[in-house]
Amino acid sequence: MLQEIVISGFGGQGVLSMGKILAYSGIMENKEVSWFPAYGPEQRGGTANVTVIISDQPISSPVVNQYDIAIVLNQPSLDKFEERVKPGGVLIYDGYGIHRKVQRKDIHVYRINAMDESIKMDNTKVFNMIVLGGLLRISPMVELENVMKGLKESLPERHHKMLPMNEQAILRGMEIVELEQEAAVPGVEAHS
Amino acid sequence: MKGNEAIAHAAIRFGVDGYFGYPITPQSEVIETLMEQAPWKTTGMVVLQAESEVAAINMVYGGGACGKYVMTSSSSPGVSLMQEGISYMAGAELPSLIVNVQRGGPGLGTIQPSQADYFQTVKGGGHGDYRLITLAPDSVQEMADFVALAFELSFRYRNPAMILSDGVIGQMMEKVRLPQQRRRRTDQEIREQCPWATLGRTPDRAPNVITSLELDSEVMEKNNERIQAKYRVIEEKEVRYEEVQCADADYLLVAFGSAARICMKTIELAREEGIKVGLLRPITLWPFPMKELRRYADQVKGMLSVELNAGQMVEDVRLAVNGAVPVQHYGRMGGIIPTPDGVLDALKKKLIS
Repeated sequence: MLQEIVISGFGGQGVLSMGKILAYSGIMENKEVSWFPAYGPEQRGGTANVTVIISDQPISSPVVNQYDIAIVLNQPSLDKFEERVKPGGVLIYDGYGIHRKVQRKDIHVYRINAMDESIKMDNTKVFNMIVLGGLLRISPMVELENVMKGLKESLPERHHKMLPMNEQAILRGMEIVELEQEAAVPGVEAHS
Repeated sequence: MKGNEAIAHAAIRFGVDGYFGYPITPQSEVIETLMEQAPWKTTGMVVLQAESEVAAINMVYGGGACGKYVMTSSSSPGVSLMQEGISYMAGAELPSLIVNVQRGGPGLGTIQPSQADYFQTVKGGGHGDYRLITLAPDSVQEMADFVALAFELSFRYRNPAMILSDGVIGQMMEKVRLPQQRRRRTDQEIREQCPWATLGRTPDRAPNVITSLELDSEVMEKNNERIQAKYRVIEEKEVRYEEVQCADADYLLVAFGSAARICMKTIELAREEGIKVGLLRPITLWPFPMKELRRYADQVKGMLSVELNAGQMVEDVRLAVNGAVPVQHYGRMGGIIPTPDGVLDALKKKLIS
């Protein structure tokens, strides 16, 4: 198993921490992981992305130029990473703040209205966990139980009372993610 | 954990006596982690934020003169400020560890990763005929492991050592196995291990003098000869490198640190296409694996030095093979990180077609 994933959005959306939780979850499953962030000096408001690689084998490069899965949470991220999804790969986007259609026909496209959902849940901070839930539904690369362990590991203890709320958000994300387009590549099936 | 955090944890566990530094992106997690861990409460290690990099390196000079395990860390512009102190320590033959988590230059440049301080590090960024023992980690694990290795080499040869890392290795998170906690040495142990150290004179010996100054040219030349002789021993004994799929390689990539990791992926891509590519990764940048590269000049059709700079290590690769085989360079600058298939394209364009 080798999953090369990029998560990209505005700084402050929880892009880097979502990647971190995913990486920690991988460690809990005894997988090899790498987490490599890229962001400018302005974290909140600027565009940030993180490359997370989860693998059964030692990881060669933490930097790749094509991804199995791209999670894009704002328009600049879609513009940057759409063309870098492997044919037959997966693109997940949040409808909020994306104002054009995905052009590629050879990738699976999923939409998750995580921002709207987090507003409904009256807690926009769990936005990234809703997205993570969506990812795990599409590509169950780690068990939920290990995600919760990873979350516990990566959150300072004073925030541990938030764990149930985060779990709820992940579960909600699993429910609301929807397939928008199946890749027009023979032999590659979308997960549902 | 991040590479920078691994450095901090490894330093505490190695039993380092003092860290003196000044924050700068992309390595501020080193001092942040040390402050968070508060080792002064456990091992007694001093962690101090100095008023500048110049102050920090001179505090390191002072600690080194006392035979203590002392270190600093910074990133490129900060390390430039430290060059005077590094030259003084090399001249006074003082051990210490300096960590450079490189960012793009010149000048203030960028906060993104770079390897453009290769020349500064291995050719002597400060003045005078000196060398810096230079270790280039390519993983978070090696960030942790090289703290101990750097101190061991530095004390064995009484010469400053540098861990030359970069923003990729400093900022990325990977799994890491930290070493066991060692206790710090007692002053008595330091006196025994470092009879030259200025830990206070005892009646049984003359005062120890630590200085790089010698106004008598005859004596100063002798000092230089002694230091140079030591460097020849280091070049003979301490070369370290890693070979990846070199045995059947037709083409050899030469890269250190983050560039080496990228090249490992390039090897996979190239071999899928039937191009036999290997990687020689210098772990010590000084001493440089000259003989080892020369050996591959008889086997491969060409070498590509891959660096996050305009072409620095490539000069040493060319010196090593001395014209026996074509040597080209591929690099990106200013904080841009080369991609695995960018390296493969460059290899094809510059050496194969």
